[in-house]
Amino acid sequence: MARKDFLDIASLTREEVDHLLDQATPFKELFTRSVKKVPALKGKSVLTLFYEPSTRTHSSFEVAAKRLSADVIDLDVPHSSAVKGETVKDTVDTLQAMRADYIVVRHKMSGLPQAIARQTKASVINAGDGAHAHPTQALLDAFTLKEVFPSPAGKKVLIVGDILHSRVARSTSNLFLKLGVEVGFLGPGSLVPKLGPAGITRFTDFEEALKWGPDVVYLLRVQMERQDVPSFPGLQEYHRVYGVTQERFKQIQGEGTYIMHPGPVNRGVELCHEVMDYEHSLINQQVENGIAARMAVLYWLKPGTSEGEPQHETD
Amino acid sequence: MNAAAIGEAVATLVEKICATARRERVAIVGIRSRGDEVAERVCAALSKEGIEHDYGMIDISLYRDDLSHLAENPKLQSSEITFQMDGAHIILIDDVLFTGRTIRAALDALTDYGRPARIQLAILIDRGHREIPIQPDYVGATLETARMDHVLVRLKNTDGEDAVELVTNS
Repeated sequence: MARKDFLDIASLTREEVDHLLDQATPFKELFTRSVKKVPALKGKSVLTLFYEPSTRTHSSFEVAAKRLSADVIDLDVPHSSAVKGETVKDTVDTLQAMRADYIVVRHKMSGLPQAIARQTKASVINAGDGAHAHPTQALLDAFTLKEVFPSPAGKKVLIVGDILHSRVARSTSNLFLKLGVEVGFLGPGSLVPKLGPAGITRFTDFEEALKWGPDVVYLLRVQMERQDVPSFPGLQEYHRVYGVTQERFKQIQGEGTYIMHPGPVNRGVELCHEVMDYEHSLINQQVENGIAARMAVLYWLKPGTSEGEPQHETD
Repeated sequence: MNAAAIGEAVATLVEKICATARRERVAIVGIRSRGDEVAERVCAALSKEGIEHDYGMIDISLYRDDLSHLAENPKLQSSEITFQMDGAHIILIDDVLFTGRTIRAALDALTDYGRPARIQLAILIDRGHREIPIQPDYVGATLETARMDHVLVRLKNTDGEDAVELVTNS
């Protein structure tokens, strides 16, 4: 059942999803011990290759790998050969020669992790590719959801923001749908895809969306670097129309609705600062669960194998 | 071995452990899976004798020395250690003792929770053929086996019945 790569949510079976979600729990339990590290990946190397800026996902992978005793090598892309014109393929060949067991990659180009995975024996983990997928984020989100709702089928999750350009929205909604969760999208009409998986309810008005009765409001981060996207409202305008304002927060608090956000939060944009201390805010829990979920993925994958084939002794 | 023989082996183990547990407070820790079930039975017997003790269980999958040789990593189960490990007197329990590698892994796992005062080892069935220098302090029964034999232990809560089967590979 083990796979070589972890590239997207769409190709995972329900059984694999359940297995990974189930495995994240014992990993999280390790965090309360005096020694948080286990020797499972001792002697293995994990290379992180981030072509796009990231602090949270990057450090989460690093902590996860280190808690499994793997050696972590960060290829400092902005300062490395990438700026000297080396192609991604050449970089991967170099990494192959360095005998990396796992490669964690983030790139603005959709599909790049898949391309790398075909070229290398190492296990490739997609840490976000363009607007395509961010599968470990989806996994930690589902794990967090299951901590508050052990049987999440039938629960309602409202995802708010620029759905169209969000790999988080794509992967997380995909995984939630696999678990039988009802998903709603709320955002500017031009930024909520008309097509897409069945079973999604679309909203353009926050008040109307709250009447739908979501159990969780999942706020997407406003990507400041994408501010040049036409049809994206200004930040104050965004907060007023799609943000959790103080007024909406009162309603959310009254209903006991949970709040999720992939981080890092832009206070005063996606949400007002009161939300950060809200007892039903799951944002910090998501950070901790991210480490556990990524440990579960690293432990599950088997480098040096072709998909579906039994492993051969490689060295 | 049938259910009666397993019952006797548990009774032997309990008798020996009781002697220690009457002198000082012990923490019984079972290795998942099946070691935890043996540990539960020992704990039930200790409670029946009115002997207070702590109880826990550990999964040692993350500490195995053969993970890179497996096509698939073993499914991880929860560990439950709720007592204070520092200064505890641990009696570690497993169903079968063979090469000793599982126990080596368990010792590493236990000490990552803290620094116990002492760890002792209790085994339901010792089948011999150690590959590392680990010996039990308490043994329920010993079984003569060849190196390549398989000892299949089935316990009621885990497998639906109490039985030990020796499958010879000769």
